[in-house]
Amino acid sequence: MRHIISILLENEAGALSRVAGLFSARGYNIETLTVAPTEDLSLSRLTIVTSGTDEVIEQITKQLNKLVDVIKVVDLSEAAHIERELMLIKVRATGKDREEVKRLADIFRGRIIDVTESTYVIELTGSGSKLDSFIQAIDTGLILETVRTGVSGIGRGDRILKV
Amino acid sequence: MTMTGAEIVIRCLQEEKVEYVFGYPGGSVLHIYDELFKQDKIKHILVRHEQAAVHAADGLARSTGKVGVAMVTSGPGATNAVTGIATAYMDSIPLVVISGQVPTAYIGQDAFQECDTVGITRPCVKHNFLIKDVHDIAATIKKAFYIASTGRPGPVVVDIPKDITAARCAFEYPKTIQMRSYNPVIKGHLGQIRKAVQLLLDAKRPMIYTGGGVILSDAAEQLTKLTRRLGFPICNTLMGLGAYPGNDAQYLGMPGMHGTVEANLAMQHSDVLLAIGARFDDRVIGNPDHFSSLPRKIIHIDIDPSSISKRVRVDVPIVGNVPDVLDEMLKLLDAEQAKPNAAALAEWWKEIEGWRAKQCMKYKHKKNLIMPQYVIEKLYEVTGGNAIVTSDVGQHQMWAAQYYKFDKPRRWLNSGGLGTMGVGLPYAMGAAFANPGKQIACVTGEASIQMCIQELSTAKQFRLPIKIVNLNNRYLGMVRQWQEMFYGSRYSESYMDSLPDFVKLAEAYGHVGIRVERPEDVEAALKKAFVEHKDDLVFIDFLTDQKANVFPMVAAGKGLSEMILAEDL
Repeated sequence: MRHIISILLENEAGALSRVAGLFSARGYNIETLTVAPTEDLSLSRLTIVTSGTDEVIEQITKQLNKLVDVIKVVDLSEAAHIERELMLIKVRATGKDREEVKRLADIFRGRIIDVTESTYVIELTGSGSKLDSFIQAIDTGLILETVRTGVSGIGRGDRILKV
Repeated sequence: MTMTGAEIVIRCLQEEKVEYVFGYPGGSVLHIYDELFKQDKIKHILVRHEQAAVHAADGLARSTGKVGVAMVTSGPGATNAVTGIATAYMDSIPLVVISGQVPTAYIGQDAFQECDTVGITRPCVKHNFLIKDVHDIAATIKKAFYIASTGRPGPVVVDIPKDITAARCAFEYPKTIQMRSYNPVIKGHLGQIRKAVQLLLDAKRPMIYTGGGVILSDAAEQLTKLTRRLGFPICNTLMGLGAYPGNDAQYLGMPGMHGTVEANLAMQHSDVLLAIGARFDDRVIGNPDHFSSLPRKIIHIDIDPSSISKRVRVDVPIVGNVPDVLDEMLKLLDAEQAKPNAAALAEWWKEIEGWRAKQCMKYKHKKNLIMPQYVIEKLYEVTGGNAIVTSDVGQHQMWAAQYYKFDKPRRWLNSGGLGTMGVGLPYAMGAAFANPGKQIACVTGEASIQMCIQELSTAKQFRLPIKIVNLNNRYLGMVRQWQEMFYGSRYSESYMDSLPDFVKLAEAYGHVGIRVERPEDVEAALKKAFVEHKDDLVFIDFLTDQKANVFPMVAAGKGLSEMILAEDL
């Protein structure tokens, strides 16, 4: 099962490698990982997408909580939540493909943010699976480069992860 | 008034009432060593290899419960310390290891004796710090001691670049420490404790299984009270020996790979298992699927939530400090004047006594050969069961655990988790410093002892009256045993040729050496060591039966009820 785990941790040197190291040392997988400081600069907010059985996810949560730099851990996917990921994708846009790619970007509510004679850069935001669908929809031969931020997530309504 | 960072380091250690620092100087820690020289509150013990510094600090911690302190220089000093740190980490031993680092401006430049100490040690410490500002030294060291000694204890590394120890600032040692990200739970959940007590009272085949957590949290007294109050059978794991008196009738011995028949079968066939400060290690329960194949309710008390439901599913988890939780349990039992199911318990004990009657620890004597088990039995007699016993890793470790009956906690020091050969002598050193006047025995083998043999020199310098009981079978015994049993007796690289003459070796270091080759001389040699040479380090080299194996045995991947007994072969 895919899980989105949100972590609030001290914004200190090495804190990120403690989290990443824990996953590799204990054989847990990381699908995506994003991290950045919060409005309180002493804190970092980290989102990890991982997968595993209920037992594995329980262990991941417990092991993360054990790290001294970790303040709070929440499995966002346990309840109502929103996930977003940003992708920048550079595609070849020449001849009849220029129109076709533009149309496809529109359908996915993407924005073309860089244009040259032969390329577009499309910015696309959404859930991980939406970005996957876009890649599947576009002719793979046209893709020159993709870069994805990894998933960020937040709980809906009153679910708040804060110190 | 300002002080240098080095002076602050020493002042912090004094504030923590550190008596002994085990270490080895080098370029990056020279400022700190200069400050050590100028004071006389902290005694520095110069070891002969940094690994031994950490092991000795660890031995001090295991034998007293205090935080052990080691100090090493950057680069090779730190990497040599890693085995010691990982050993302490696996057994949850509170340590603070201070390492020197190259000056901050040199970090990342591949400077002389530079290594990424924080990076290298990260997976085997409870926490670590790299100090980048002299103003942070005091608070960081305070945090290091706090983290090392609270919650589930563990080693903490504090890496300090040389320029930081030369920089100056005012010194103030924080009285308390508050960390928003670290707040270990102490009190167990009362509702859960109540549930657990009810389960215990209703049990028909109860069993108590306790591990290193009971020793670490100093809960032996509460454990003994609770066990006697309930009248239940109990076993202590390798890390938990001494938590409950080894000679008591309710005590079934050690469970696990080399546990007793009665302990293993009682674990396996229990209907309610109370696990305390233990972690269902693979060496204790064997195959977890086999173990879980019988229905059984498990109550698990541990300060570390991640130990609970890690290898087997637990029914009543209780996160908390063991002595506090046991106190609560005793209070509940007293308040309710409740008694366990006496009839069922009597029936259960009858079954257990049947297993016990197998006398699985019996071994055959062989003519003219010293049986290693016999040496341990005699060691127990000669020391009156009162020695602090350290061991290395292998067959001798198992025999010491099986045949020396530990009645009190903190008397048995060994590397249970990481299984580090070479810990025995440095552990004995740490214990000898911290427990003057006590008998200290290091049970080892001819292979393990050579992994830290250089410490015979340290032991001489500080006149440590350690008795080294070397069970010398000229083989890497446990490897040989596995090769005999599972690899068609192909003894690949397990025979050790060209061993030193240990008597001469001991003498070369200025100690007393005794060789024992006949069973009838075992007792006299031990008496000579412990009585006549009470104040000396004595190296007793027992030439033991080369074929002796450790039994019972649960082979790797097998279940607890699938033991191989000596008589089966």
